[in-house]
Amino acid sequence: MSQTESYNEDVVRQFVVATMFWGIVGFLAGVYIAMQLAWPVFNLDLEWFSFGRLRPLHTSAVIFAFGGNALLGTSFYVVQRTCRASLFGGSGLAQFVFWGYQLFIVMAALGYVLGVTQGHEYAEPEWFVDIWLTVVWVAYLVAFMGTIVRRKEPHIYVANWFYLAFIVTVAVLHVVHSLSVPVSFLGAKSYSLFAGVQDALTQWWYGHNAVGFFLTAGFLGLMYYFIPKQVDRPIYSYRLSVVHFWSLIFLYIWAGPHHLLHTALPDWAQTLGVTFSIMLWMPSWGGMINGLMTISGAWDKLRTDPVLRFMVAGIGFYGMSTFEGPLMSIKAVNALSHYTDWTIGHVHSGTLGWVGFITFGAIYFLVPRLWGRDSLYSEKLVGTHFWVSTIGIVFYIVAMWVSGIMQGLMWKAYDSLGFLQYSFAETVDAMHPFYVIRMLGGLLYLIGALIMVYNLWRTVRGDVLRPVAAAA
Amino acid sequence: MPTKVEKDAFTGTETTGHEWDGIKELDTPMPRWWLYTLYATILFAVIYMILYPAIPWLGEAGYTRGVLGFSQRVELEESMAEARSEQAVYLEKLEAASLEGMLDDPELVNFALAGGRTAFADNCVPCHGAGGAGGPGYPVLADDDWLWGGTLDDIYITLKHGIRWPGDEDTRDSAMPAFGSDELLDGAQINDVAEYVLALSGTGGDEAAAARGGAVYAENCAACHGDGGEGNREFGAPRLTDAIWLYGGDKQEVVETITKSRNGAMPAWKDRLDDSTVKQLAIYVHSLGGGE
Repeated sequence: MSQTESYNEDVVRQFVVATMFWGIVGFLAGVYIAMQLAWPVFNLDLEWFSFGRLRPLHTSAVIFAFGGNALLGTSFYVVQRTCRASLFGGSGLAQFVFWGYQLFIVMAALGYVLGVTQGHEYAEPEWFVDIWLTVVWVAYLVAFMGTIVRRKEPHIYVANWFYLAFIVTVAVLHVVHSLSVPVSFLGAKSYSLFAGVQDALTQWWYGHNAVGFFLTAGFLGLMYYFIPKQVDRPIYSYRLSVVHFWSLIFLYIWAGPHHLLHTALPDWAQTLGVTFSIMLWMPSWGGMINGLMTISGAWDKLRTDPVLRFMVAGIGFYGMSTFEGPLMSIKAVNALSHYTDWTIGHVHSGTLGWVGFITFGAIYFLVPRLWGRDSLYSEKLVGTHFWVSTIGIVFYIVAMWVSGIMQGLMWKAYDSLGFLQYSFAETVDAMHPFYVIRMLGGLLYLIGALIMVYNLWRTVRGDVLRPVAAAA
Repeated sequence: MPTKVEKDAFTGTETTGHEWDGIKELDTPMPRWWLYTLYATILFAVIYMILYPAIPWLGEAGYTRGVLGFSQRVELEESMAEARSEQAVYLEKLEAASLEGMLDDPELVNFALAGGRTAFADNCVPCHGAGGAGGPGYPVLADDDWLWGGTLDDIYITLKHGIRWPGDEDTRDSAMPAFGSDELLDGAQINDVAEYVLALSGTGGDEAAAARGGAVYAENCAACHGDGGEGNREFGAPRLTDAIWLYGGDKQEVVETITKSRNGAMPAWKDRLDDSTVKQLAIYVHSLGGGE
């Protein structure tokens, strides 16, 4: 067996720090734009602080900076250990991927704030940033794939299938969706190669699969390593992992059109989106079953292990959002939910609950090991983080469910003479209290993450909080 | 690292004999309920694709139409037609009736008020405020102080053609000169006439300046605003004696108005709303409190 020394852990440590740094930035931006929605005065009448520019800053910071660094870092950690091989390309390639990715994040963020964007949701950066990301991503693929190729294990572990699916598919999505024509040779501005409904469909083919392969497949890879490690139990079902992996990969890529129901998209393409979303339900749940059932035999650990609690709650939120997603893609439901806050609530139960919690769990697992500490500074603080964040999520998604369904119903309400019952301004007014609650939920989540940063920092310093002996 | 297939003590299930970094896998069969639900969703998808438009490049339409013959466009047209037919009896009456005649038909007024309320909320509230409460630069519509007239006809014409709206020949038009910016009056004169204007509604302070301003007023303002400041609806020239101010009644704001003039605009709604909706809006605005 290779010695631990030969594993590249430096880059994983860097990615862990970057994950937490960008996580705080992204959560903070989220709280701030939630305040803007509740109280527009926070736009400050300055273009750089306007909701339109800070919103993509938030989404990209949490998805690509927080989530992306978590995926890149954990994938490098997992692939080395499950292949018993050090990272392909050595320290040089790993450092290029790390710093190249951070440069991408900074360039993207500057673009948002300064208004240099191509206006495609979740892919706002202009063409030159896109090209840079492509270079970095290919380097990432080479490092990851190369490590798999020179593995000393006969089989490739399931976590690596998911990571690889994530890396390859995101590359395809990014390249195709970012195809655009720069307006001038040295100018920043470009226009998408696609127009009209083709543009919309390409956008949501990309957007939905960013959810599917970045936020689902990638983090399932993460789950498949850190859950069995944390509970010290075998994976529940190898067969389930094979079937749910391939069905998930095959079905997800077609489901994008469900973002465009009741639009100019042809009826037949809408049918594609609806049916593939319904079929996606069980393949998604396969991951949930494998995650949860792996814990069977060790359920008692939930009482004593707050890190495991994060992972389990994360899987719970994953199961909930992957049921809600197919539900919302049914046309009759979508007619009520589309364009409302319900969608925002749905996304956040997936991101705050699933992506956030499974990442927090993995990082709590990693930090003591990466920095050679016996334990975390304080397990109790992990528990506090868990409850503060969970209450925050509940505030957030319940507020958005109520607000979204109310909004949809108000839009659809007619009076007895056939006129719309409510004006748009009245629906916005009715949503105000829920926007305030949502902001509070986000604030709790941010506070939880700050508690985590403090806990990790003390852990890295080598401190251990000894519980004061006292009557319980 | 490959290991032996072994029996997991807790579940009694065998492992697959794979191991990675200490992680093993059980060879548990897929849960039945999971598999059958997956099959059920696939069946659902197949049936859905038979019923609804689904497969591109097949059939005359360029895609399979589906057994139900569903089309989103047709569905929309049908539901729009149904909604229109339910309102048709009122809409026809609205089209036929003269504006003043409408007021004699309580049912029609009821309908117009309902429609007008909706149209107002979506189109007018952003400037004129909920219930026509007005705001700086946007007249209150719930009082009886009208710039261009408050009869049903006046309101209808204003709505239809807008105010100072480029591209509509019949738009309500007039332009107060920018007395300061265009150097028609000097600073002292503007100060004086502002005092005079404020004095007209009893809100002035400097009587000496107001007295000097009287002459400036008579020469420059009276033609539109009237000798006594009573205003003139023909030019949309506001009454200056009632202490109701469109852009604010502080001395500073009055000086600003005289210096730069304001000349606010409203869109010609005939370009955006159909005639029956404009009629409904006229009746609704007329009903807000100040209709003449």
